[in-house]
Amino acid sequence: MEVLLATGIGALTAAGIYLALRSRTFELVLGLTLISYAVNLFIFAMGRPVTGRAPILRDGLPPTLANYADPLPQALVLTAIVISFAMTAVLIVISLKLRAASGGDHVDGADGKRAGEDP
Amino acid sequence: MNASPLPLLGAFALPWLAALALFALPNERRNAAAAIAGGAALLAVVLLATLGPAVFAGAVPRVSWPWLPLADADFGLRADGLAWTFAMLVTGIGALVVLYARYYLSDSDPMARFYAFFMVFMGAMLGVVLADNLLLLVAFWELTSISSFLLIGYWQGRADARQGARLSLTITALGGLALFAGVLLLGEIVGSFSLDAVLAAGETVRAHRWYAPALLLILLGAFAKSAQFPLHFWLPQAMAAPTPVSAYLHSATLVKAGVFLIARLHPTLAGSELWFYVVSLTGLATLAVGAYVAVFQHDLKGLLAYSTISHLGLITLLFGLSTPLATVAGVFHILNHATFKASLFMAAGIIDHEAGSRDMRLLNGLWKYMPVTAVLAIIASSAMAGVPLLNGFLSKEMFFAETLGLDAHPILAIAIPLLATVAAAFSVAYSVRFIHDVFWNGEPKGLPRRPHEPPFWMLVPVGALALLCLLVGILPAITIGSLLALAATPVVGGTLPEYSLAIWHGFNLPLLMSVIALGVGTVFYLMLQRLFRLHDLIHLPRGGREVFDLAVSAAVRGARALTEALVNGSLQRSVFLITLGSLLVAGWMVFGSGRPDHVGRVMPLAAHPLAWALWLIALVALAALLTRHRERLEALVYLGVIGLVVSLTFGGLSAPDLLLTQLLVEVASILLLLLALHFLPLQSARTDAPRRRWRDAAVALGAGVGVSAIVHAVLSRPKPDSLAPWFLENAVPGAFGTNAVNVILVDFRGLDTLGEITVLGLAAVIVAALLPRARGLPEVEPGGDRSLMLELTSRAMLPLVSLVAIWFFLRGHNLPGGGFIGGLVLAIGLLLPYLGSGTAWVERRSLPSFEAWIGWGLACATVTGLVSLALGYPFLTSTYFAPVLPVVDKVSIASAMFFDLGVFLTVAGAAMLALTRLGRLSGPEPGAEAR
Repeated sequence: MEVLLATGIGALTAAGIYLALRSRTFELVLGLTLISYAVNLFIFAMGRPVTGRAPILRDGLPPTLANYADPLPQALVLTAIVISFAMTAVLIVISLKLRAASGGDHVDGADGKRAGEDP
Repeated sequence: MNASPLPLLGAFALPWLAALALFALPNERRNAAAAIAGGAALLAVVLLATLGPAVFAGAVPRVSWPWLPLADADFGLRADGLAWTFAMLVTGIGALVVLYARYYLSDSDPMARFYAFFMVFMGAMLGVVLADNLLLLVAFWELTSISSFLLIGYWQGRADARQGARLSLTITALGGLALFAGVLLLGEIVGSFSLDAVLAAGETVRAHRWYAPALLLILLGAFAKSAQFPLHFWLPQAMAAPTPVSAYLHSATLVKAGVFLIARLHPTLAGSELWFYVVSLTGLATLAVGAYVAVFQHDLKGLLAYSTISHLGLITLLFGLSTPLATVAGVFHILNHATFKASLFMAAGIIDHEAGSRDMRLLNGLWKYMPVTAVLAIIASSAMAGVPLLNGFLSKEMFFAETLGLDAHPILAIAIPLLATVAAAFSVAYSVRFIHDVFWNGEPKGLPRRPHEPPFWMLVPVGALALLCLLVGILPAITIGSLLALAATPVVGGTLPEYSLAIWHGFNLPLLMSVIALGVGTVFYLMLQRLFRLHDLIHLPRGGREVFDLAVSAAVRGARALTEALVNGSLQRSVFLITLGSLLVAGWMVFGSGRPDHVGRVMPLAAHPLAWALWLIALVALAALLTRHRERLEALVYLGVIGLVVSLTFGGLSAPDLLLTQLLVEVASILLLLLALHFLPLQSARTDAPRRRWRDAAVALGAGVGVSAIVHAVLSRPKPDSLAPWFLENAVPGAFGTNAVNVILVDFRGLDTLGEITVLGLAAVIVAALLPRARGLPEVEPGGDRSLMLELTSRAMLPLVSLVAIWFFLRGHNLPGGGFIGGLVLAIGLLLPYLGSGTAWVERRSLPSFEAWIGWGLACATVTGLVSLALGYPFLTSTYFAPVLPVVDKVSIASAMFFDLGVFLTVAGAAMLALTRLGRLSGPEPGAEAR
């Protein structure tokens, strides 16, 4: 399980960074979405993966880590997921505004003419 | 003997209270402003004076309350002899300057603001002299830098005032930084920042291996403040300040803070070779350079500025010599210089004010027009020159005596008295110039107005100080004897040496030096006038200012070049550099610390076959996304698949709340992106060169491998102790809920959540605010027919989905669900009619204001917290009750539920606001197109 989680998070990171490095706003949004998946899973994994031990307290089962998963990373990730949705919305609106202003969807506006092409 | 601390506290607090009142006062209330400032200063003098008997009797009035317990530093005031004398100086001369400034400033100058800055400065200065620990002293030290910046730049409209203020802030604040570092070292050596401890630890400090760096750093701060060569050049530039400011800052206060600090720490730091050479040579150089340059100034205030530098050098030199007598002389000269220099600055201001110029080439023959001012100026400048029967003469005699017979290198033993005499001669020359040029030497040349005497009250402060110069000069033992002893005792750090304050000590070498200086100085001035036509000199001696300007412009150029090299406006380049940088830093941290021990020894968790399947699906979807991302609609399908796998991963690994949240956010995000694709090309243009793509791929792969390695390294190690058990144990007893995740969100870490939903609401408002400006985008033509099926079911679904949302919300405290999840469900439910029937159909019906939802949600969450605050518990403390409701039977309600209701409303409102605004942009039928 650990290997699956580790490689999965790594693959999400790599793909996210590659897409974030592309020149179009849409790909940037895709890339950042993948990166936020990776980060959320990363934080979540720090609580250690366990199965069948949701942190919903039940009668007769003592409230210890032996019986329940770590709730703290879950709480952190839950808000992070919602915030990343808000950031996606803002990013999309900025890219639309960029399109309205420059007519293109290059991340630097106007097909990168302002910045010049980076070797 | 104990003294009541109240007068001390009052004297310290008065300027600050006055500043507060003055900031609230309109600038037109000129007399009220002056009265408040003057009253505060005078009352502070009186309060300090009531402490006088106790202080003279040897008591040290104190007051303190806890401030930084971890640093062992209290917010404390302490008035020993030195501090008390300085505090009297600061408040007394401050009161005189307040009176003077009332008549100096013109009707157009904002008066209340001037006095407010002035009072802040006075308060900070009192803090410096009265602070009972070094950290507090440094804090007030910085405040004097900042408030003097405001005072020097008071005439903000003038470029020279702004530049002068900036220069003085740069130099003194940089010095302050050095001082802070030095004080931290000193506190570390002593083990305490308390002044008592530091003053008692001289032996330890001087023997410590950090003594040299601590000493040099502290001296750097003091030298910068006291305008010591070669950091002196900010002081002449600060002459762009209004003259009352110069009179205050450059006589009794700002620049004296530096020598005050040297005096304050003298018992601790002095007594080493290093101290002797650094302090006395710096003082000597400053003394000589300042006096020489002063002679050649044409500006009255410029002359006084360089003269101030020179006298500060003299004081520094005395403390550097560090013999008990020299130390006493240093303290004495601080007091004398404060009196005669303050009155001289004010006299220069009167001349400027009533004659319209400060240029000594134009100002001539004013004796006829302003004889009273002339008499007072002559008294003060004679004191500056060291003429007998004036206070300056006494301290200068002591100074000459101390330069003789030094137990130092033979060259120094000759050079110091020699240079001291030469500098004194220059000092006589510029004093004579001040008097002769301004009051005689022909007639005024082209002055803008006919000079005349100033208003009576402008002369009073000058007169009072000039009188002091005379009294101290003629009757030193009676007037100043005990005060000097009081102030000098803590500096000498023990018993005072034998000395006699008298005008006549018989014919001796110091007297000869005085006579030589007076004679040579006068002759030198006359020679300059006759032979070299002093007034025609245009190229005045210059100094560090040019070096400073060069350094500043070089720093600016360097910073700009660096920025342009790193950030050239290309986002891709920035992202690439950030990624590469992170990789290098992470790699250095891992591999720089020797062989990384990668795999730990925790028994791995067996992977379920389903987990393998999900992993495989995710990798395939990622591969598809990477190869097909140019086909954007297709890419969204792959993104959805990946998001689904992430949600299921959460679900499989014991996080049902995360499963639900991720799933719902996934739906909402895909909807957002679909809406956005109305306005973006459906295919990406191919612009990146293959080489660049390979380069990016390599960096991305490196980051991916690195992250994998980190995750694996962590997961194969045992889990360290964390807060988790506490949250599990306290969820039910502390927060009345069995869903530990929800309990953390709405109760234990409720404040964090409040911050997060605020961010969420802000983001939605940003979307709503930005979108109207994005109108006029090229739009994709709507195509295809509307689905009747979707239209009808979506309308029927709305009530059902709302019910589900409320159900998730209500059960959230004990089972998976809660405000976040309920809110998202509701948002998606509300969105369905948009998709099925189109914006126009929905908007014909009453559309709730989602901005208001956000507002109500945030208000609800905040009020919940405030209620517990009002009941006397910490913000957001939870309580619990279980009413029996009809139909649904017993419901357990924790007060945190109201907080969660706020979360619910904010999340639903924010999601809906973003989605509907984007949908409304896209013309009449967004739903049909989005399918």
